[in-house]
Amino acid sequence: MTARTVVIGIGNSMRGDDAAGVAVADRLRPRVPAGVEVVACDEEPSRLMEAWEGADSVVLVDTVSSGATPGTLHRFDAGEEPVPARAFRSSTHAIGIAETIELARALGRLPRRVRIYGVEAGGFETGASLTPEVEAGVAFLVRDVLADLEEERCTSAP
Amino acid sequence: MSSRRTIVTDYLARVEGEGAMTVQLDGDRVEHVELRIFEPPRFFEAFLRGRSFLEPPDITARICGICPVAYQTSAVNAIESLCGVEVPEPIRLLRRLLYCGEWIESHALHVYMLHAPDFLGYESAIELARDAPDAVERGLALKRTGNDVMNLVGGREIHPINVRVGGFYRAPTRRELRELVEPLERAREAALETVRWTAGFEFPERVVDCELVALSQPGEYAIERGRIRSSGGLDLAPSEYDEHFEELHVERSNALQSIRRGGGTYLCGPLARYSLGSAQLSPLAREAAAEVGLGEECRDAFRSIVVRSVELVHACDESLRIIQAYEEPERPAEPVEPVAGTGYGVSEAPRGLLYHRYRIDGDGTILDAKIVPPTSQNQLAIEDDLRDVVGRNTGLDDDSLRALCEQTIRNYDPCISCATHFLDLQVERVGVGSTEPTKERRRRLRRRWEREK
Repeated sequence: MTARTVVIGIGNSMRGDDAAGVAVADRLRPRVPAGVEVVACDEEPSRLMEAWEGADSVVLVDTVSSGATPGTLHRFDAGEEPVPARAFRSSTHAIGIAETIELARALGRLPRRVRIYGVEAGGFETGASLTPEVEAGVAFLVRDVLADLEEERCTSAP
Repeated sequence: MSSRRTIVTDYLARVEGEGAMTVQLDGDRVEHVELRIFEPPRFFEAFLRGRSFLEPPDITARICGICPVAYQTSAVNAIESLCGVEVPEPIRLLRRLLYCGEWIESHALHVYMLHAPDFLGYESAIELARDAPDAVERGLALKRTGNDVMNLVGGREIHPINVRVGGFYRAPTRRELRELVEPLERAREAALETVRWTAGFEFPERVVDCELVALSQPGEYAIERGRIRSSGGLDLAPSEYDEHFEELHVERSNALQSIRRGGGTYLCGPLARYSLGSAQLSPLAREAAAEVGLGEECRDAFRSIVVRSVELVHACDESLRIIQAYEEPERPAEPVEPVAGTGYGVSEAPRGLLYHRYRIDGDGTILDAKIVPPTSQNQLAIEDDLRDVVGRNTGLDDDSLRALCEQTIRNYDPCISCATHFLDLQVERVGVGSTEPTKERRRRLRRRWEREK
């Protein structure tokens, strides 16, 4: 069985910087190594779990709201460590991405490798486009995720 | 012994939004209970002024990530009634279907992820998932089906974009809706299991004795429209709401608290809906309720989780009924021209009655808006419950008492992000007798549940 990697861009493209995850997914799609699947998704927990179902490795890209300077990049390895829940409370949803990951872990539905990339948001205004700081952050995230996928491909190659 | 004890929780978890609570105890006497809510008050009402009469469904939907359809529906009801537009039956039924999707997603989220852990002695759904993966998976699947209904009818589930004044931007085809039949049939089975599951929980005692207020509509369990009725004999058109209910500003809270003029505290939400309208639930939902011993009325605050589960059965059943009978409308929306005046709209959000009022001028500019969410209306009832529940359980230690307070608040599935933001929980007491340690209480709840399994 081939190991499968999924990249999931999370967000709402109608809500300003909340679109960052989706923007990263859009830019990554034509550039990822063979065998890597790229999808855009909202935070709905079972849809996220379905998106990474059967994958050995998942990369999640989302907007972060932790109080850092807008555009700041974050990276968490959630394969073994729990995700800091507060960082991802970017919507009013009771179940955010951090909770979904922990639920999936408890249910035995979490891929072995889980990496989360985030960019600190500036604003979530309806209908607005990405702020310049987050726009720049998106470009860096695309680069970082590609490097990560490349490294994964090299290390997991037979 | 008279040692003062203070319990503080900075953050009231597992409610939609964030909130604060203070309980003060002197021995076994409850001195003071208050729910505090802080938010830029009525931000949205101010934001609506000067906007077009066609914008409220889009703007107000953003008040809540869990019940956007409720906001959209009350908004379009208000504007359409003012402008003299009655949407054709297929459009109304599509709205009802969309609303059922929201009920399913919201109730499933609350029952499984937010409230059930309280009853079973778990700190969170994540902990619960380790011991009861099947139950949590069932809850996730139910919620997902609700989201799928909202996605298909509403365009995008978190803030559906397909709803407009006069109808929809695009009506789904019969074939598209039929894709929902199978998942909804599975969801209905899961909802029936949910009723049996929750009915087996242990329920702390609390009977709600205030007036119950819910919408009522001949021939159906009122969701997306209806007259305002109460256990005290009210039977009002939406336009009469302000004559009978008022909002008071209390210093501690940025959310206004509603009271019935001349009456006082009242309650809306599942218990009120069920108690006033259980006869109109689908036969299957009524059967499920009877099977677990719910009577025609239910004023038992902690059994609200069972009532929500019964409403889940109804919402699945009703969705299937609407889909089976669906006829595509001739056009997705009726034209709506502005009429100067005031429009009133109501609907049953998952948490209860949601009232909107808009005054617009002849060009369709909004001059004034008023929105009364269910959580504001239930605030006083929540405080009454807390007073009673704390008074009955002064023997619990601080942690257990705090947990029980939170469980009590969650009976109302309070959408504090609609009424407010940021809140913390505090229990203060003077002089305490013997208490049951938290760990033991948790263990006892779990042991009981193990036996049930």
